[in-house]
Amino acid sequence: MTSPVSMTVNGKAVTATVEPRTLLVQYLREHLGLTGTHVGCDTSQCGACVVHLDGKSIKSCTILAVQAAGGTVTTIEGLAKGSELHPMQAAFREHHGLQCGFCTPGMVMSAVDLAQRKSDLSEHEVREWLEGNICRCTGYHNIVKAIQAGAAAMGSAKA
Amino acid sequence: MYNFEYHEPSSLADALSAIGSAEDGKLMAGGMTLIPTLKQRLAQPSDIVDLAKIAELKGIKREGNSVVIGAMTRHGEVATSDVVKSAIPALADLAGNIGDPQVRNRGTIGGSICNNDPAADYPSAVVALGATVITNKRRIAGEDFFTGMFETALEPGEVVTAVSFPAPEKAAYMKFRNPASRYAIVGVFVAKTSGGVRVAVTGAGACVFRQNEMEAALEKSFTPDAIKGIEVSADGLNADIHAGADYRAHLIGVMAKRAIAACG
Ligand SMILES: Cc1cc2nc3c(=O)[nH]c(=O)nc-3n(C[C@H](O)[C@H](O)[C@H](O)COP(=O)(O)OP(=O)(O)OC[C@H]3O[C@@H](n4cnc5c(N)ncnc54)[C@H](O)[C@@H]3O)c2cc1C
Ligand code: FES
Ligand code: FES
Repeated sequence: MTSPVSMTVNGKAVTATVEPRTLLVQYLREHLGLTGTHVGCDTSQCGACVVHLDGKSIKSCTILAVQAAGGTVTTIEGLAKGSELHPMQAAFREHHGLQCGFCTPGMVMSAVDLAQRKSDLSEHEVREWLEGNICRCTGYHNIVKAIQAGAAAMGSAKA
Repeated sequence: MYNFEYHEPSSLADALSAIGSAEDGKLMAGGMTLIPTLKQRLAQPSDIVDLAKIAELKGIKREGNSVVIGAMTRHGEVATSDVVKSAIPALADLAGNIGDPQVRNRGTIGGSICNNDPAADYPSAVVALGATVITNKRRIAGEDFFTGMFETALEPGEVVTAVSFPAPEKAAYMKFRNPASRYAIVGVFVAKTSGGVRVAVTGAGACVFRQNEMEAALEKSFTPDAIKGIEVSADGLNADIHAGADYRAHLIGVMAKRAIAACG
């Protein structure tokens, strides 16, 4: 019961033959080899798997690949331009927004969705937004600082 | 996850025929409850009929004094809709506090009410605002729709197409959130409508219910003080690792007072 499923991932048209039960995160990691997107839980709660589908952040562990067929997906691998980090990635590095790094791909993708909506963010707004992203290491403090700085940098890059 | 056949119809008619001819078919909306259930192998449908490509199930419109929300409208769209924010700000606020941003980008109002989780937020709004649930077959009064824990008045193969909410004079929703999942440990939706005051409680019982004693008191005086003396009984309320029945009974009073105060 497999069938070809096509979508655009990080700007490239891709196709992989999968079962209907294949999750988008499995499609990305196992079929396309994009292992930057992580799986941290089995309960749709941790946010390590966050990617963008048609511009919005979603949990790729809680959507089937067939549901995303025809859509446009961006993963953490799609943010940097060559060796130049995306402003949000650069802000995470600058502000020490990670320790082990396991949650980081989801944190960054979630943060970019927020920053696309608003660039001048209060600490409270960032913390509310991170409801669906869990970090076991950092205590969030530097993640919040990084996101505020990354959003400001994205805002001024646009202006 | 067990395997299944996947269907993605583009019209309601095609969805009905796909679900009708499936051996043990299941509708899928946002998948935010269904996919975790499948991942845990708690269900084994033969077929999944995805409603996401059906245009007639989407969107928000104003019809007279009501706001009609298509079943496949995502929580995030309700939270940010100008129509909802101007007519029923309490409903936009409720939608904006469901789960987390990624859940709100996928989960739908139809999926939430059809699932009828005892701790879900939307059922309280449907009951308190006196909304009507519209299906492919009939119109069901909100209060008659929720029949028990994870149970609704829907018949097999019946599909919710929209929910129609009459705009109230005033309304507010307050929830005491589970600190991990953000589901309601207790949520109280208070609405002052042309048909009277309605107080709907979610999270506390097997399914959403009205608090008649508070409604009667609020008819006389719509102030937090009006319900001060009401003792909520813990009989039949939920008790679990998150909160005992006594605590939930207490929270009903606290959340109701906060909601009335928020109505202004
Ligand atoms: C981490 C997390 C946190 C959450 N927190 C909250 C919270 O704070 N508050 C809250 O209320 N909810 C919460 N939820 C649940 C969320 O709101 C879901 O979106 C919702 O319960 C189900 O909606 P869905 O669109 O994803 O439906 P699905 O999961 O796709 O479907 C749910 C059920 O409804 C049936 N169904 C769907 N649409 C229809 C239709 N149109 N007609 C007939 N049957 C239909 C399906 O067959 C299925 O049985 C949370 C979920 C997660 C994963
Ligand atoms: S892996 Fe997707 S939310 Fe945890
Ligand atoms: S840095 Fe280790 S989980 Fe967040």
